[in-house]
Amino acid sequence: MSAVPMQTSQVRQFIGRQETKGLLRFITCGSVDDGKSSLIGRLLHDSQKILEDHMAAVKADSQRWGTQGEQIDLALLVDGLQAEREQGITIDVAYRYFDTERRKFIIADTPGHEQYTRNMATGASTADLAVILVDASRGVQVQTRRHSFIVSLLGIRHVIVAVNKMDLVNYDHAVFQNIAAECRHFMRTLGIQDVRVVPVSALMGDNVVKPSLNMPWYEGQPLLEILDTVDVSDDRAEDLRFPVQYVNRPNAEFRGYAGTLVAGHVRVGDQIMSLPSRKTTKVKEIVTYDGSITEASAPMAVTLTLEAEIDITRGDLLAHPDRAPTVAREFDAHLIWMAEQPLLPGKQYEFKISNQYVRGTVQRIDYRVDVNDLSRHAAGELKLNEIAVCRIALNQAVAYDVYDLCRETGSFIVVDRMNNATAGAGMIRRSAAVKAHEVHGNVYTEKLEITRQQRANQKSQQPCILWFTGLSGAGKSTIANAVEQELFRRGYHSYLLDGDNVRHGLNRDLGFTDNERVENIRRIGEVSRLFVDAGLIVLTAFISPFRSDRRMVRELVEAGEFIEVYVSTSLEVCESRDPKGLYNRARQGQIQNFTGISSPYEAPEAAEIMLDTSKLHVDDCVAKIIEYLEASGRLKL
Amino acid sequence: MSPALSAVHKSRLTQLEELEAESIFIMREVVAEFENPVMLYSIGKDSSVLLHLAMKAFYPAKPPFPLMHIDTTWKFREMIEFRDQRARELGIDLIVHSNPDGIGNKITPFTHGSSKYTDLMKTEALKQALSKYKFDAAFGGARRDEEKSRAKERVFSFRDNNHRWDPRNQRPELWKVYNSRINKGESIRVFPLSNWTELDIWMYIHKENIPIVPLYYAKQRPIVHRDGMMLMIDDDRFPLNPGETPKMEQVRFRTLGCYPLTGAMYSEADTLEAIIGEMLESRTSERQGRAIDHDQSGSMEKKKKEGYF
Repeated sequence: MSAVPMQTSQVRQFIGRQETKGLLRFITCGSVDDGKSSLIGRLLHDSQKILEDHMAAVKADSQRWGTQGEQIDLALLVDGLQAEREQGITIDVAYRYFDTERRKFIIADTPGHEQYTRNMATGASTADLAVILVDASRGVQVQTRRHSFIVSLLGIRHVIVAVNKMDLVNYDHAVFQNIAAECRHFMRTLGIQDVRVVPVSALMGDNVVKPSLNMPWYEGQPLLEILDTVDVSDDRAEDLRFPVQYVNRPNAEFRGYAGTLVAGHVRVGDQIMSLPSRKTTKVKEIVTYDGSITEASAPMAVTLTLEAEIDITRGDLLAHPDRAPTVAREFDAHLIWMAEQPLLPGKQYEFKISNQYVRGTVQRIDYRVDVNDLSRHAAGELKLNEIAVCRIALNQAVAYDVYDLCRETGSFIVVDRMNNATAGAGMIRRSAAVKAHEVHGNVYTEKLEITRQQRANQKSQQPCILWFTGLSGAGKSTIANAVEQELFRRGYHSYLLDGDNVRHGLNRDLGFTDNERVENIRRIGEVSRLFVDAGLIVLTAFISPFRSDRRMVRELVEAGEFIEVYVSTSLEVCESRDPKGLYNRARQGQIQNFTGISSPYEAPEAAEIMLDTSKLHVDDCVAKIIEYLEASGRLKL
Repeated sequence: MSPALSAVHKSRLTQLEELEAESIFIMREVVAEFENPVMLYSIGKDSSVLLHLAMKAFYPAKPPFPLMHIDTTWKFREMIEFRDQRARELGIDLIVHSNPDGIGNKITPFTHGSSKYTDLMKTEALKQALSKYKFDAAFGGARRDEEKSRAKERVFSFRDNNHRWDPRNQRPELWKVYNSRINKGESIRVFPLSNWTELDIWMYIHKENIPIVPLYYAKQRPIVHRDGMMLMIDDDRFPLNPGETPKMEQVRFRTLGCYPLTGAMYSEADTLEAIIGEMLESRTSERQGRAIDHDQSGSMEKKKKEGYF
């Protein structure tokens, strides 16, 4: 260490300043060529936070990967992973940190390349402000509009447009003015109120940290000065929102509700309501490790104890009773799709919203939004990086706000249950127009309904679904029919769903595309579920070749109620039987997507019952199924 | 419709308070959603902060998970003392795991080189321990500002059955809505300090008066100079080269690891304020003291893919 040690008083001063610093999170958007990495590199460099050994590594790397000839390539301070350095592009969201005298900054650095919409949305989701780069020599591009749209969609209310590479247009005021006017215009159409446009040269350092001598006509602040002083304080909602995260019960005496205030304030003695139950009580204590406090505000993480013991679990939301959020099962949302496998309406997904997972479906896609020109298009499915307005239907009611009012209680992710991937992200726009399941005020409609158990008891049976699956010609319908006859003979109540009574009626409007097939099975599943509710033993006989579809139905009903019957007759045997001549036609190419020939059949991995009709007679098959039903307590006569 | 939510001025929380709240949220989320979490405790300053935050997050309860230390058997003795003392004081379960194969084969940083040694005694040992105890979530104290490949690490970082990290196939992470869904055998590494910088760590240790290993403070210690690093002779297992004689020097450590691989720095800083003061003037970043990251640009990325923390 060559430097003279700092005086203790200086250090104390510094610590004092450091402890009062606020935080600003911002996102930078721009394409490979806009010089975004250089701009961030310049911010880090000129705000003197680049440490010397990093600098030395960059010097070495510049000679190896650099695009700036002999000059040090500041972009290399920023581009993280080896793979992307080799490709010369940024392929994921990277977070950078620096601070000034006034603030600490967290930069979400996101790529601007077209196929990486999902990364931009990720970066924008936690940002208060966006820096959007425009290349002065190329003007406003399609991607500039795209970035602005995503920024507005994710609820960012402050935008700085950095018109970069002003050195390439000779610091021309007119060029800047045209770009600025165009940007301001379409930002306004997107509803972004706070827009500032700054002419910069990241390469030369103009107006990044220090004012530019090359552009005396610019009277505004340099970029960093704006970042340092911009007021984002009015972005947060004031009504209390406290999603319960964890119930803390170290012993019988203490029951605390741990969570983070995502909005508003709470005081000891406040009357609060738990949603969705709408039960109310008062706040007894606000507990923290550093002692109990009388008042807490967002975004503090605290533990509340309550006066009355009301039943509250993780995922419930605490609010003030007169300022409570909406409680409903359905809502409309903007959805950004982030998975390779497309979103299929009707398919069951998991939605994580306000600290809980709830199953549900995207009931329909109202329209897809083209991010380039904001035009709306009809869509039957949603592909990677596409954005749409959708109706979401959850399996249970949840408390939420509209995203524009509160980000934390208005956002959710969609998890694909097959591979656990984060498949999508959503922002709630409004409650569904028909709020059939919504709780109104404090009034509950008292429903006197006959329970499913009562119905089942009346019939002396436990309802279930016998789901027959197997190739065409395997014998599904034959066996299902025979089982139903046997059940009828014994006095049980059943119903058989097959191609004849479903495809010709309920599902007459469906063809054979992938999502129509999913919809076909979904409807059959829903109908089966209704029949199970009605107390019936349901038999279905459909090829249902995809595991995911069968699993979707399995999850619609209670455990044990879905009984998969795999009729495992081999393709050779089925093809030799060919009762309807379908295999013959498929082999000749007259039928497309024929299961077993030109479309796969995914055999069950753990079917409850397996039947090979090349070895078993129909009567044996029926006996096996009846035996299973008796053993599992389904039949009670 | 929900009632209109009007806006008021933002909270007066400082950035340190915001970071603290964020970390506590992350820890609670893990405990609420995983069956068998563990906190990887490396004894360093980041671990000290992590442990302190855990005490806060679950107060008045103790953190509902054990600490686990992967002991390479070459840690500074003061680290081990500090570790045992902290666990005892706080009343938290401590699991210590060392790679038995490594010990059996007498793997040392001197005989097998730093990279092979690290692989066997740290990466491999960690994987063994995670598999042995079937932990489905493991807290680590890594920060995104430490190193380039960490800058893109998620807060909830998915690991496959073999504890591997795939940087090209990370789950998007929006807002603070963390996806905790995994299949059996898979796990999540969780980094509650993701958004903290080295300076934040020191400021927080100062603000909260958090105990740290005395090695961070300057003191006279027996030192040899080797390959541009100042190494402390912590016990008699250190094979001295001809001509090397340990000399008492006034040094401290910026990061702590295995003593034969961790370089000391000259320093007079024997108080927290002096350390912070020294840091402000320092122009070198902290990982430079560790031999492991220098091998090659991108070396940390490689190690992480293989399962290193």
